[in-house]
Amino acid sequence: MIEFYLDRSSGLSPYLQLMQQVRQALRVGLAEPGEQLPTVREVVAKLAINPNTVLKAYRGLEYEGLVEARPGLGTFVVDSLVAPPPGTHARLRRGLRRWLDEAQAAGLDDASIVGFVSSTLRDAAEERVA
Amino acid sequence: MNALAAHGLGKRYGEHWALRNCSLEVPAGRVVGLVGPNGAGKTTLLQLAVGLLAPSTGTIEVLGLAPGKSREALARVGFVAQDAPLYPDFTVGETLTIGRRLNERWNQDWAERRLAGLSIPLEKPVGQLSGGQRAQVALVLALGKQPELVLLDEPVARLDPLARREFLQSLLDAAVEHGLTVVLSSHLISDLERTCDFLILLRDAEVRLSGAIDDLVERHRLLVGPRGRSTAGAGIARTIRESHTDKQSTLLVETAGPVGDPAWESHVVDLEELVLAYLGEPNEPRRPVDVLHRVEARA
Repeated sequence: MIEFYLDRSSGLSPYLQLMQQVRQALRVGLAEPGEQLPTVREVVAKLAINPNTVLKAYRGLEYEGLVEARPGLGTFVVDSLVAPPPGTHARLRRGLRRWLDEAQAAGLDDASIVGFVSSTLRDAAEERVA
Repeated sequence: MNALAAHGLGKRYGEHWALRNCSLEVPAGRVVGLVGPNGAGKTTLLQLAVGLLAPSTGTIEVLGLAPGKSREALARVGFVAQDAPLYPDFTVGETLTIGRRLNERWNQDWAERRLAGLSIPLEKPVGQLSGGQRAQVALVLALGKQPELVLLDEPVARLDPLARREFLQSLLDAAVEHGLTVVLSSHLISDLERTCDFLILLRDAEVRLSGAIDDLVERHRLLVGPRGRSTAGAGIARTIRESHTDKQSTLLVETAGPVGDPAWESHVVDLEELVLAYLGEPNEPRRPVDVLHRVEARA
């Protein structure tokens, strides 16, 4: 779940700051489609911010097609901004093949490679959060 | 419906006008910041709105009702007076009892839950609470009667920054929960900038500026250009504040459409600059009534 903050020195009005933080979270994959944004009341209670400011930010994001308000439920992410440029997958695959060859040469079998990858992913995710 | 509406409202004490020519409309659901220097009429306006004062001229309505004359207006409007006056010898619980006995629509459950959430013990005498806790109790007392409009006179002026933040969090949380309209007077523009979406600015007993903050900000610009440049035709409705160096002029203006003259570099202003410009406002030509008043005051 996204946690908002306000930067008084940014020069951006609060509602634009909230919109930018959601976009940034989508860009780096910290928020994904289906995920709920904090309720207006949660944001208001945390930041001591005007409720209409939060509503305005959420409406702006809805207009951009990034989120969707579901009446009675809240506001949910519907689109992701993580769209890698063309050719990215092929390049990543080539790099991964090189790494796999190296891992196999070092004596790791398939199961330990999968385990190694998932534990590294977890560590990286924790580092991003911290 | 308007939560608050005033037309030609004035309050006079002998020769002295505490508030005059006050006309404004505040739509329901807004969080309104009431700003102005001491003695500008903020407290007078709030006390007129709750019926503690009667107007000398004009009318004021809250939620479509005349304050001070209607029992319904009393029930639907909450008020926290300056310095949150409470009985220091009463415990918090006894203070809630006053609220319960004096109000028709009192929500004891909500009040107790809210105080428990703030870790304020019911058995403690009010006089032994911190300033922040006392302010919170006064807020619970004002909101426990389940008003639709709540007016607060300088509620955070004497609180430290943390208590101030916590108070505003409580207030805004309740505003969302109950769909309240809130009017609060304050000196702290930085607090107002994040909490309020509507502004009323008083100076010298008159309303100088009022409206939705987004609209007000959108309507004003800071223009920087060569000194002596004419502002004619530049899309300027009026100049609020100006300053000059040898070569350069800086104007804070209310615009009337886009600023057409490319010699003027146009900047967006923030709320604080806007408020300070209107509070400073040395250049505004005085209207005859003002001059007259000054003469009277001196005599």
